[in-house]
Amino acid sequence: MAGSSPLTSVSDWLRPQQNRMIVLMGLAGVAMLIPLVANNYVLEVLTNAWFYAILCLGLNIVVGYAGLLDLGYAAFFAVGAYTTGILTSKFGVNFWLTIPVAVSCSMLAGLIIGGPTLRLRSDYLAIVTLGFGEIVRIIARNLEITGGASGLIGIDRPSIFGLELSRGIHFYYVFLLLAILACFISYRLQNSRLGRAWQYVREDEDAAEAMGIGRVAVKLYAYVIGAMFGGVAGCFFAAKMTAISPETFTFSQSVLILLGVVLGGMGKIPGVIIGAFALVLFPEVFRGLGSMRMLIFGIVMLVIMLYRPEGIWPQKQREV
Amino acid sequence: MSTSDIILQQLANGLILGSFYALVALGYTMVYGIIKLLNFAHGDLYMVGGFVGFLVLSLVSGLMGSSWAGILCSMVFSMLAVGLLGVIIQRIAYVPMLQAPRLSILITALAVSMVLSNGVMAITDGEYLAFNTDLGYEGLDLGNVFISYTQLVLVVSAALLMIILYLFVHKTLYGKAMRAIAIDQDACRLMGINVNRIIALTFFIGSSLAAAAGVMAGVYYGSLHFFMGFVIGLKAFTAAVIGGIGSIPGAMLGGLVLGLLEAFGTQIPFVGSEWKDVFSFGLLILLLIFKPTGLLGKTEIERM
Repeated sequence: MAGSSPLTSVSDWLRPQQNRMIVLMGLAGVAMLIPLVANNYVLEVLTNAWFYAILCLGLNIVVGYAGLLDLGYAAFFAVGAYTTGILTSKFGVNFWLTIPVAVSCSMLAGLIIGGPTLRLRSDYLAIVTLGFGEIVRIIARNLEITGGASGLIGIDRPSIFGLELSRGIHFYYVFLLLAILACFISYRLQNSRLGRAWQYVREDEDAAEAMGIGRVAVKLYAYVIGAMFGGVAGCFFAAKMTAISPETFTFSQSVLILLGVVLGGMGKIPGVIIGAFALVLFPEVFRGLGSMRMLIFGIVMLVIMLYRPEGIWPQKQREV
Repeated sequence: MSTSDIILQQLANGLILGSFYALVALGYTMVYGIIKLLNFAHGDLYMVGGFVGFLVLSLVSGLMGSSWAGILCSMVFSMLAVGLLGVIIQRIAYVPMLQAPRLSILITALAVSMVLSNGVMAITDGEYLAFNTDLGYEGLDLGNVFISYTQLVLVVSAALLMIILYLFVHKTLYGKAMRAIAIDQDACRLMGINVNRIIALTFFIGSSLAAAAGVMAGVYYGSLHFFMGFVIGLKAFTAAVIGGIGSIPGAMLGGLVLGLLEAFGTQIPFVGSEWKDVFSFGLLILLLIFKPTGLLGKTEIERM
């Protein structure tokens, strides 16, 4: 009874790995070629969408894979952006050299906040991450080195092989490549031993521990890897904007990233990317909404949780 | 100002701040105690309470003036309206989620909070509203320390509300049912307690206490903003954890402790008031790590 409806025949065709790769290559090709036909506005919006896709994929590791609610994800993104910002604008360090430093700093932030708190119950963890996110923002606002409330300006644009990355199209490709890399890492992680351990801990923590999975260590991995994604995204964000201010890293930013993850379907890579795109494109398409944007997002999030808690494109349960 | 004056002044400031925290913390702790839900939207109910109070006050000010009579009327109305809102939220958003995984219900609560705060933002265009009252600026002048009558009345009414709550929970049949449900919901159902109604009642009481605090904060600070629920929600949660989450006297104590700590925290040299929030959130994190049961909470062993 193959091909009883177009949908099942499509999903049948998609089953072999080979055919999936064809589709993915096709999509990547389209994404690569879009700048040839798009104007600056479209390019800017799409760049932003890829940027959110990286952040959402990073948070997806924490929320989707390991099942930990993180309400302060913007903090890791802030740590990355500020590290790059401070090093390039105040100390004149080359942009590319700041990346390892920024990644280490955001991973360290993940360790500091995750280490002691991952033993806590999940709802306590949510509040702790929320508090942590606010602490990072307030620190950035009040320290001298971070430029206070007005933030940092004059962050260097990176150059590669003598080409200075300054135009919109350059950053489109930068974020596209980073997003593809993020997808690849997420995909490999999902199917790794660690990925299975995350899934186990998410579904049943006690059973996982009884099977010899170090609960805290596994969660900490999720936290630190998630923080790393945020840190890298932050570096390139700082380079693209050349100016950052603490108000970019508010609680609403963390919620927005979480919304992208929830919207598309926690734990599912294509779902998360769709969620990130929906997040960025929706307000662009409905420009007239203005201040209603977050209200509508809130209602959408509520409706999704009530009627379709697995998101638009949920993760398939692994069959035994 | 001498040291003793500073201490007295900060004591007064801390008490008033602490009574707001305590009122909001009570709602957190009651809801958590009964259905183990961390209601993220609770801080926003405080904010909505402030706005409803403002609305009612501007309606009744022609009849009763905007002095204490008008404020009392608007506070009572706001408590009723927000209490009902709390019950509606519980019915729509939380009841269907009670059997769902913890992550889902937390995200749902977050979504409710977004809807409330951004809904108010859309209505008010994100502007600050001036909460004008006809209360004078008279007060007790104790040398260098000044305590206005407004402050006194607010602290006393917060204390009054808490005493009423305490009596309700410990002396009435409904209160008894509430305490019983917190211990074992299924057993209560078998004993013929209408569990759903008691949970709704808990939401009603918690929300209306938050609304009362919202109106009081409007009177005290003189302005309202759609985002004011966020920080106080976090602070009140801290207060609830300090006292031991789930414990009603704990929430009252925790609120006062946090209020006093913050008031005196501003007096520490080199630490300006802009670090106040870092101070209390840091305290929350440390507390959760080292003593998650709080001051008055019971040690419990539970499945994660």
